[in-house]
Amino acid sequence: MPKITYIEHDGTKHEVDAEAGMTVMEAAVKNSVPGIEAECGGACACATCHVYVEEAWRKATGQPEEMEEDMLDFAFDVRDSSRLSCQIKVSDELDGLVVNVPEKQF
Amino acid sequence: MTGDVIKTDAVIIGAGPVGLFAVFELGLLDIKTHLIDILDKPGGQCAELYPEKPIYDIPAFPIITGQGLTDGLMEQIKPFDPVFHLQQRVDELKSDGDGGFHLTTDIGTQFETKVVIIAAGGGSFTPKRPPLGGIEDFEGTSVFYSVRRIDDFTDKTILIAGGGDSALDWALNLHPVAKRIILVHRREEFRAAPDSVNKMRALADAGELDFVIGQVMELHGKNGQLESAGIRAKDGEITRLECDTLLPFFGLTMKLGPVADWGLNLEENHIPVDTEKFETSISGIFAIGDINTYPGKLKLILSGFHEAALMARGAHQIVHPDSKLVFQYTTSSSSLQKKLGVK
Ligand SMILES: Cc1cc2nc3c(=O)[nH]c(=O)nc-3n(C[C@H](O)[C@H](O)[C@H](O)COP(=O)(O)OP(=O)(O)OC[C@H]3O[C@@H](n4cnc5c(N)ncnc54)[C@H](O)[C@@H]3O)c2cc1C
Ligand code: FES
Repeated sequence: MPKITYIEHDGTKHEVDAEAGMTVMEAAVKNSVPGIEAECGGACACATCHVYVEEAWRKATGQPEEMEEDMLDFAFDVRDSSRLSCQIKVSDELDGLVVNVPEKQF
Repeated sequence: MTGDVIKTDAVIIGAGPVGLFAVFELGLLDIKTHLIDILDKPGGQCAELYPEKPIYDIPAFPIITGQGLTDGLMEQIKPFDPVFHLQQRVDELKSDGDGGFHLTTDIGTQFETKVVIIAAGGGSFTPKRPPLGGIEDFEGTSVFYSVRRIDDFTDKTILIAGGGDSALDWALNLHPVAKRIILVHRREEFRAAPDSVNKMRALADAGELDFVIGQVMELHGKNGQLESAGIRAKDGEITRLECDTLLPFFGLTMKLGPVADWGLNLEENHIPVDTEKFETSISGIFAIGDINTYPGKLKLILSGFHEAALMARGAHQIVHPDSKLVFQYTTSSSSLQKKLGVK
């Protein structure tokens, strides 16, 4: 099972077991990771599942598609490492993934 | 705008898919409806949050978009001539002491009605508020989330933040009256009507408007008066831009809003109802769709449609107490077909 680590703004770490096929957002919600609100349930329609992907993992997680890039316009403090976690699918290659949760979702 | 009071059989709060279908079910039972929604268009979440996304679980539509569903409902309810009051939020709902209800909206429209149907979904759509430190000190004086009167912005140096249609439309509409418009967006591309983007770029090229790529990260000023904003560029550098007004346009989110103040029982921001008539703790006020809760509740459009049909029968007993309800099919009842205008 791929493990994902979410680091809250204050440094608190949450390591969770995810299943391949679910999204990084779903794994967070299922394990009650604070700071990922996911109001739209993963439809790429709310931008409240915003995360920053750790530098070392940016290649593996890939680039946002156009729809996600558009939706990121509605997120706060967007950086080059920004992704909407509902658009990152967990796979075995992502075992060990580390993402940072922003201080605030919009 | 405190004019005459509008008198009607039923007021539906919220013009989402469930509020719209309620017009149909009530109309079949000879109940006239007025709908009120804070949005500038009908369709609720379907039209505002996912107009182009497919829905796969509407019976008999293997696939239909949020806007497609809204358009279909609007077509279906046309024979009943519902009256829409858009861009208005219902702020007050009170008993009129005589079995009916009195409603007032944020711009002062008043209604007197026999029954009220709350189809408020996840609540009132409200503009997203950027989590900028101290922003609340400037709200209402220097920071605005909507423009009611263009004249209020005469000779202002206005920072407009965002990359959607609202940001571009207001940049273009306020440009003639403002002292200066500075549009701040995090990237070169916009998610807006190409025509508006072209117009904005032409103004920027002509030096009549500033387009800055970056994100607003800080607000500076005192006593509610904004003086400058810190804009972070792609390289992380923060530059201060002078401005006296900020209009942030980052989309809408749903907030329960005034529904909480109407004296109804609430369970975790939802209104408990019975499953026979979908009536609330106050007789004559019904709640259907995403806003209600009952054992087994599913927040699905199709469940909301079912709730609307049963609610209408409950509302009928109140609106037309002397008329007996006979169960009829639209396929075979000539009286229903007459109401639908197909006979
Ligand atoms: C991205 C996404 C995908 C979805 N996919 C599906 C799907 O595939 N199938 C499915 O069945 N459901 C789906 N849903 C859920 C579905 O959209 C909702 O169940 C449905 O919109 C609920 O309809 P409603 O009419 O109850 O409320 P809403 O659509 O929420 O509409 C309520 C309206 O009431 C207005 N309002 C509230 N309070 C006030 C007030 N005081 N004054 C004025 N106006 C007010 C609001 O502004 C809003 O327009 C999805 C939702 C989202 C966000
Ligand atoms: S959950 Fe809404 S955009 Fe990801």
